[in-house]
Amino acid sequence: MQWDVVIGLEIHVQLATNSKIFSGSSTAYGAEPNTQANAVDLAMPGTLPVPNEGAFRDAVMFGLAIDAEIGRRSVFERKNYFYPDLPKGYQTTQLEQPIVGPGHVEIDLPDGSSKTIRIHHAHLEEDAGKSLHEDFHGMSGIDLNRAGTPLIEVVTEPDMRSAEEAVAFAKKLHSLVTSLGICDGDMSQGSMRFDVNISLRPKGQEAFGTRTETKNLNSFRFMEQAIAHEVERQMDILEDGGEIIQETRLYNGDRDESRSMRSKEEANDYRYFPCPDLLPVEIDDSFIDDCRSRLPELPDARKARFKEQYGLNDYDAGLLSGDARLAAFFEEVAEHGKDAKLAANWTLGEFSGRLNAEDKAINDAPISGAQLGNLIVRIADDSVSSAGAKKVFEALWSGDGDNVDAIIEAKGLKQVSDTGELEKLVDDVLAGMADQIQQYREADDKKRKKLMGGFMGPLMKASKGQGNPKLFTEILKKKLED
Amino acid sequence: MHNKSVAELSRALASGEVSSVELTQHFLDRIQQQDSQYNSFITVCEENALADARQADELRSQGKATPWTGVPFAHKDIFCTNGVRTTCGSKMLENFVPPYDATVTANFRQAGAVCLGKTNMDEFAMGSSNESSYFGAATNPWGSNRVPGGSSGGSAAAVAARLTPAATATDTGGSIRQPAALCGITGLKPTYGRVSRYGMIAFASSLDQGGTMARTAEDNALMLNVMAGFDAKDSTSIDREVPDYTATLNEPLKGLKIGLPKEYFSDQLSPAMEQTVRNAIAEYEKLGATVKEVSLPNANLAIAAYYVIAPAEASANLSRFDGVRYGYRCDDPKDLMDLYTRTREEGFGDEVKRRIMVGTYALSAGYFDAYYLKAQKVRRLIQQDFVNALKEVDVLMSPTCPSPAFVKGEKTNDPVQMYLEDIFTIAVNLAGLPALSLPAGFVDGLPVGLQVIGDYFAEARLLNAAHQYQQVTDWHQRTPE
Repeated sequence: MQWDVVIGLEIHVQLATNSKIFSGSSTAYGAEPNTQANAVDLAMPGTLPVPNEGAFRDAVMFGLAIDAEIGRRSVFERKNYFYPDLPKGYQTTQLEQPIVGPGHVEIDLPDGSSKTIRIHHAHLEEDAGKSLHEDFHGMSGIDLNRAGTPLIEVVTEPDMRSAEEAVAFAKKLHSLVTSLGICDGDMSQGSMRFDVNISLRPKGQEAFGTRTETKNLNSFRFMEQAIAHEVERQMDILEDGGEIIQETRLYNGDRDESRSMRSKEEANDYRYFPCPDLLPVEIDDSFIDDCRSRLPELPDARKARFKEQYGLNDYDAGLLSGDARLAAFFEEVAEHGKDAKLAANWTLGEFSGRLNAEDKAINDAPISGAQLGNLIVRIADDSVSSAGAKKVFEALWSGDGDNVDAIIEAKGLKQVSDTGELEKLVDDVLAGMADQIQQYREADDKKRKKLMGGFMGPLMKASKGQGNPKLFTEILKKKLED
Repeated sequence: MHNKSVAELSRALASGEVSSVELTQHFLDRIQQQDSQYNSFITVCEENALADARQADELRSQGKATPWTGVPFAHKDIFCTNGVRTTCGSKMLENFVPPYDATVTANFRQAGAVCLGKTNMDEFAMGSSNESSYFGAATNPWGSNRVPGGSSGGSAAAVAARLTPAATATDTGGSIRQPAALCGITGLKPTYGRVSRYGMIAFASSLDQGGTMARTAEDNALMLNVMAGFDAKDSTSIDREVPDYTATLNEPLKGLKIGLPKEYFSDQLSPAMEQTVRNAIAEYEKLGATVKEVSLPNANLAIAAYYVIAPAEASANLSRFDGVRYGYRCDDPKDLMDLYTRTREEGFGDEVKRRIMVGTYALSAGYFDAYYLKAQKVRRLIQQDFVNALKEVDVLMSPTCPSPAFVKGEKTNDPVQMYLEDIFTIAVNLAGLPALSLPAGFVDGLPVGLQVIGDYFAEARLLNAAHQYQQVTDWHQRTPE
């Protein structure tokens, strides 16, 4: 049978506020356990939550960016369950009256088409702490540094039909929240976590099948794998005439397997009710206007501008505009380097490749946009060959110098483009290559191209690698073919 | 010295008639000698109190005294006190020493008052007799077999027994007014949001309100001057100017319009109780007030609504007592579930468990609409009743509770009878209004309280009305033997 895959996502986005959503503790990542948890975060008796206005601003900005209705009256509820890393015994979240109502996000698909994914709503809530199960001799350690970190949970409609679409959406959302500056987007630190709802239905059927939820996927790759895995699992069951059980599943990316966490019957009754410690928050026009005035350029608009302003093709513009920091880096390179096409190539090629290889964030790159821009200038004016430029890049990256021209000078990478000088070298080299010249002259065009290399090698050697290959080729052709 | 009011003690300190150290030692001695009879304190802070008293005397000598500098008082053991154990009357917090002050605590500290200790209370403020305290019931100074009321029974008993001139208290359904009435003192529950709840251990967050207990209305006013005000740490506290509550105590009552809710003068009231209350109201008429009957048509629904909403909130508020971070933890937990269940089974008393169960049930899927949402609708109706009644009159008056102090053990096996103790007080919390109870006479040798309910933020008017009554009566000066 042919099956339709139906996917909906719930995404937890950690907001980049300095302090927690209901306390003044820092939200910085990586501190010693429990050093960023105050009496409120520890749910000490009598302590009370005080909402962080910044979290509301971030959420409203997100709402505006996805063209959503902003909830004018935002109510927090208590979601009750016991867990050691949930200090109050309830999570403060939103249910009936979330801050962001229905909206939509456009995604670009690999085949060049685009699609609208509807957002059901997005709500504000607090994150839990972390339970650490290693190094405690069979007991668990609790780190409450993360407890109370503000999140928005974005809930989509079941509008995605494949893992590719889901990943395209996830990447788009990542691009949106990082462009808005409301999330640092660092997936390895859990800044974005995905829950995937998946169901299958026979092709042509309108009604949805029974769905499962796979929780807590924290990379695009795992998400793609988990969807593929779950689709296959469900298909196997359905093809065998079985039934899907509505349940929550956990996916282990390292082993590409999943297991049931709890079924619908075992699901908690969270006993939601409005939190009496927090009055409903009224969001007025001036607050929304203020948020609107803070909206930066969003990825779609930026992509259009990159095409227009820099003459980039759709693909490069899409890649460069998706990540706000990469986009900013590119623009710095282009500004200093003048040649936008070269700037795009180097930003997407050497620079991004190096970041990936070393698993570095853009902010941690040892090379600045201005430096790369200066290198682009030297490539464009033929001062350095592309092979030489890679050596300069390497020197910049490894800290072996920070001035492009100084590195070119010090490493002897300056390309010779003086035609008189080059011509002299060509004459000298050709003088000892009569046989090859003869061969070349007798060859057809196709063969001549191959034979050209036989001259270039000695020429580059004679010029100590500094001769401009383009000019060499021109001069050679002239001499050989005249 | 112990028969003097806070106002009088403040003047005695100012005139140099007595030092704070002398005064503090005097009250500490009384507690030492007499509190075995009353069990009104859970923790006595002898060393801290004397140190604070010495500092107060020092400040006074430097001319930096406030009206409270060096005046002894006590905190209900629900207010967190930095470095001093705060139990909330529970085994769960038997050894809990908070590393922070409640805002109310900090305010008294700032004013220079000397905290003698932490007073007894029903466990987590759940009770009307003080009998649910893990530290044993407090005793009413007016009768050794009588309850002091609750939950602020320790504060009321300590003030009535002259072990402290004043004490803080909290009121979720009558927990200030009922014990004040039963112990023959004056107690005020302010408007919800008037006093910060930060550091005041939560029972039912939308109903809890910190307040005052002392013998005189004037002393209550002095306390409220310290306690009231907006607190950035409590999102439900209200940013509104705080008047000097002593400034209007002497306003004449001529023209004051008193409403008597007919539902609060029902047949649940014994003739003797009703007569005592009506005599007090007659006294108000002599002071120039006019009296008319009003109606609170939904009054009969208050207890039912309260006993859905309060336990629902409590069931969540008390989830944090899980044995993980602080407080009681069971011995040798086998696993997480064992840790949770035994910690809570062993750490909480029966009444607390009963309310957690009721609240959990009321919030459960399938029952939420029928209980919690319905109760919230009733709450709005009750609130509207008061708003309507207070359009016609300035204050409402009623008995504070249906009968004087009952005998210990009399109602412990019948929770509903115990809940009915709050039949005249509980609606006020649902509406968020301010109300006080003042001594208005005796029945069978036991004090009777008159409840005065005012409009939102009308604390000054309530205190004024109580103070004027206390200028022409001496019920509040009566001393138990």
